[in-house]
Amino acid sequence: MGEVLQQLTNGLALGAIYALIALGYTMVYGVLRFINFAHGDVFMLGAFAGYFLAPVVNRVLPAQSYLNAALVLVLAMLICAAIGILIEFLAYRPLRNRPKLIVLITAIGVSLFLEYACQHKAVFGAAPRRFPDLLPNTTWHISNFVINSTQLIVVVTTLLLLITLTFIVQRTKIGTAMRAVSFNEKAAALMGINVNLVISFTFGLGSALAAAGGILFAMSYASIDPLMGVQTGLKAFVAAVFGGIGNLPGAALGGVLLGLVETVAGGIPAISPYRDGIAFAILILVLLFRPAGLLGKLQPEKV
Amino acid sequence: MLNLKARFHIHVGHPLLLKRPGRFPTVGAERFQTLMIKRTFWLSALLAVALFAGCKQQSGNTIKVGEYASLTGKEATFGISSHEGTLMAIEEVNAAGGVLGKKLELLTEDTQSKPGEPQTVVNKLISRDGVVAMLGEVASSRSLEAAPICQQNKVPMVSPSSTNPKVTQMGDYIFRVCFIDPFQGTVMANFATQTLKAKKVAVFTDVKSDYSKGLAQFFKEQFVKTGGQIVAELDFNGGDKDFKAQLTAIKAANPDAVFIPGYYTDAALIAIQAKQLGLSVPLLGGDGWESEKLTEIGKDAVEGHYFSTHYSPDVGSEKSKKFVESYKKRWNGKVPDALAACGYDSAILLIEAMKRAGSIEGAKVRDALAATKDFDAVTGRIKINENRDAVKSAVILQVKGGKFVYLETVSP
Repeated sequence: MGEVLQQLTNGLALGAIYALIALGYTMVYGVLRFINFAHGDVFMLGAFAGYFLAPVVNRVLPAQSYLNAALVLVLAMLICAAIGILIEFLAYRPLRNRPKLIVLITAIGVSLFLEYACQHKAVFGAAPRRFPDLLPNTTWHISNFVINSTQLIVVVTTLLLLITLTFIVQRTKIGTAMRAVSFNEKAAALMGINVNLVISFTFGLGSALAAAGGILFAMSYASIDPLMGVQTGLKAFVAAVFGGIGNLPGAALGGVLLGLVETVAGGIPAISPYRDGIAFAILILVLLFRPAGLLGKLQPEKV
Repeated sequence: MLNLKARFHIHVGHPLLLKRPGRFPTVGAERFQTLMIKRTFWLSALLAVALFAGCKQQSGNTIKVGEYASLTGKEATFGISSHEGTLMAIEEVNAAGGVLGKKLELLTEDTQSKPGEPQTVVNKLISRDGVVAMLGEVASSRSLEAAPICQQNKVPMVSPSSTNPKVTQMGDYIFRVCFIDPFQGTVMANFATQTLKAKKVAVFTDVKSDYSKGLAQFFKEQFVKTGGQIVAELDFNGGDKDFKAQLTAIKAANPDAVFIPGYYTDAALIAIQAKQLGLSVPLLGGDGWESEKLTEIGKDAVEGHYFSTHYSPDVGSEKSKKFVESYKKRWNGKVPDALAACGYDSAILLIEAMKRAGSIEGAKVRDALAATKDFDAVTGRIKINENRDAVKSAVILQVKGGKFVYLETVSP
């Protein structure tokens, strides 16, 4: 019993991080109808932003305090939002009216560029680094079930961010504009919505969430390297498709479910090396029976 | 090569091609033909020279030795340590006058700790640079990639610290200067039963690494033979970040110790997450653990755990003490680890073989390497056996206060 509960906690903490990244994929897909493959690398940049910010923030605020960690998180989110907006402005905007396939290939190019530029000695270097402890690490034992403060923080932070995101998308003017652009870009433009601004904002918002995911990931797993976004980014993309791409609650649900499936598979001795494979196999099965994903609505493609 | 030259010649100098004098009014047909032939001759001569130079044999006054190492990436500290040891050996030999009247030149290529990369760089070292012998690599998976290429080209290869048995089985030109995993696995299994008095052990293997799979297998065999019980066998993929799922299953099996034959980055993360999950039994590892990154990433989570390796600077012969001294001097006070010592030994073993062979020809160096008996290495006395593996002792170290402390030596 303790083991099952433990695996559920592990899976939830992992899935929460996938959910944060998946939201970025799904939001960009919602407004632009293409997959931003560089998103996983923004997640990596978020973790590195935290790595370099932590010693700076330590000079201002006491180390290992909640305020300190929150400041690192917010600053990293702002930096990555700026990076996300910049990527869109430099790489995707010039191709806005070209076929989506061209933008997609460009996204893969941006992703590879970020990965390999960051591996260069003059940037971060390829060797993994130890992420500084932003918060003291405590564990609570309840018989043989163990809960870790980091896992708790990951889940709570994710929940707070999801609530904020829902508020932005549903209750603010810019959120309404985002939904309008997602519904019909041309009509939205005709209604006086500044589409470029909305798209920039979407990229910024998605990238900020990825940065938060990066920091939470680095806090949980301690080591960061320039290729950390490859596998995690791919999994988050799968989570987004799993939940129904373009659908925000779907992305969050997909992320959590993927984390749970992976963790449960990883805990079974004979199949533990195939945990990634099992996650992807389940994705294929879901898509066979529900091509639009769990919460997605099937829309016929307009030609 | 000659074929190519001939074809080139015929093609350019083909009569059909030359019977178009009208396009060159200032040059007569005859003169044009001689000009073309001359040009063809020079072109093909140049091509032949380029091909020859690219293809074979030492030119100049140095003996070129190739090295491929993981200078960046996941196992970077291994590659760097090994490279520093190797380079120091080459420099020492050169300072003492070189080999066979020539200086040695070490050409090093980075494998970036990535699969696929060794093939590329080793091919380059052999075919473009024309090295006479090859040193590398630390990781067995990457040595296994490069070994067939060295064997095919009859370039003797000495691996400093690849411990998987399959490496030297790739051919009779492949050697190693370290012990192999059946021995290392046995050593750790005996340590678990005798010193730690462990009855139940869990094994956590990296399925991506030949080294890890081999070591796990030999550990299990020996541990079961001595009456122990393997209570859980879990796997991970090297480079993973989340190990909590598997560690939770391991914890549920309630072992006395966990054997993790992985590399230091993964081992450190596993130790951290094991601690977070309240799994507080001794963790055991192999020589893949020995890196300052283990303590840098793992911090207090790796404290008190054990691993086996080739050598400890705390013990050893006069030769080992001298090596520690000169290594510190050469590399700004850095204390050599086992991989640096193995790198040093691999180069010296090769150079000694060249001296005894009196030649740098592949086949002769190979024979001299195979005939190595009682070689006095930094990491202890070495004999090369009929499988081209080194027979030597292992040491067991414990992590204490962020340092690796010597516990005991185990002889074969």
